[in-house]
Amino acid sequence: MKVAVSSSGTNLESPLDPRFGRASYFLIIDTDTLAFEVKVNDQNMNLPQGAGIQAGKIVANCGVDCLITGNCGPKAYNVLQSAGVRVVTGVNGNVKEVVERFKNKEFEYSQGPNVDGHWV
Amino acid sequence: MIVTVASGKGGTGKTTVAVNLAVTAAEAIRATQLVIAPENPENFVELIDCDVEEPNAHLFVKPQNVVKQEISTMVPAVDMALCTLCEECEKICRFSAITMIAKKIMIFPEMCHSCKGCSMVCPTGAIKESSRVLGSLLTGQSSHGFNLTWGELRVGEAMSPPLIKQVKKTITCRSGRGNSISEDINNKLSIVDAPPGTSCPAVTTLRSSDFALLVAEETPFGLNDLALTVEALKKLGVPMGIVINRADSEQKGIIDDYAEKENIEIMQRVPFSREAAKICSKGLLLVNELPEMKQCFKELYLKIVSRITQNAKESKYKKTFTKTATSSSDNSIVGRS
Repeated sequence: MKVAVSSSGTNLESPLDPRFGRASYFLIIDTDTLAFEVKVNDQNMNLPQGAGIQAGKIVANCGVDCLITGNCGPKAYNVLQSAGVRVVTGVNGNVKEVVERFKNKEFEYSQGPNVDGHWV
Repeated sequence: MIVTVASGKGGTGKTTVAVNLAVTAAEAIRATQLVIAPENPENFVELIDCDVEEPNAHLFVKPQNVVKQEISTMVPAVDMALCTLCEECEKICRFSAITMIAKKIMIFPEMCHSCKGCSMVCPTGAIKESSRVLGSLLTGQSSHGFNLTWGELRVGEAMSPPLIKQVKKTITCRSGRGNSISEDINNKLSIVDAPPGTSCPAVTTLRSSDFALLVAEETPFGLNDLALTVEALKKLGVPMGIVINRADSEQKGIIDDYAEKENIEIMQRVPFSREAAKICSKGLLLVNELPEMKQCFKELYLKIVSRITQNAKESKYKKTFTKTATSSSDNSIVGRS
């Protein structure tokens, strides 16, 4: 299974970035082999707004089944849902540990965004 | 002429100054105590409240016969039968308001700035026009002999400039800036109450005003935000003057020092008064309740009129001067050839 984790660094030891839209990186991880790919999320850095939409699109285009992050706003959630990507929110810890917990089915999928949009 | 009442800091008394000035102007015209004689005294003054996020001039003016109209803006809608998923619309959109996700076009109407870029670049004409409600435009008549127009932004709408532009479209006098203002003075006076700050809503309101009246208070915070507004107005090229509200005394303070340095006229000091605060909190007009305030606003009004007339004369002089200079240089070129 392929999952995306918002990350503040480029390896599995990095702490999960609690922000989704303006996360530094996304690690696209194969949960069986722990092989991963790094997606830099820098196209959003200078966007005044709409970061969640763009980040959602990057993750959706990676063909992942699930996104694991800290907070996910309404627009990003909308994009991910349209693309059939399930979302897990409210997670912290380092990326490797987060993936292990995901594999142990410790998380529940979100039924909606867990934070309001804050783009103004 | 368009006189916009503005301030960088909120709560300095923009609306208080705007409504009392409008009543003063309308009364002065009726009493014909003025140097100018309008063709139609009843419609000489109008008050426009552009603080669409929190309009409150109507609380003081208490307008009658209010007409309300819904205002919308264009947002895209996609006809998927025509869409080829080329993503051109997404590439041009600066605001991520239109995005292709999993072979579907998603539209986020609240992000859209109605630039119509998406429909211009769409090669197949798949982008149709839909709309998003911005808020309402309201107009009513004051018993003091002027019309009040204001906007009310829809709760949840994040962008106020599109509605402010619609409110400004109702201003019946044209901006005299760059033209002959003196001619326009005879036709109409539009007093505009601006939203606070120096960001898009305030700039949208102040643009193309003939004169900006900056309401300032004598606090470090007040001075800081006044200076920000002055810098913005310099860029917009709008002439300005300052009203010090809740002035402690006749003594000069930090605002006076700043105004002197920047060469901006202090047009009036509205004295600090607990009585005035009480009157405002009841939604009453200072000029109706306190004789000293009536005098204060009358002086302010006369100063504004004379200042704008003077500006107009100067700009006329400048124009004539430039014209002469240009034509003489033309002659010299002709002479040389």
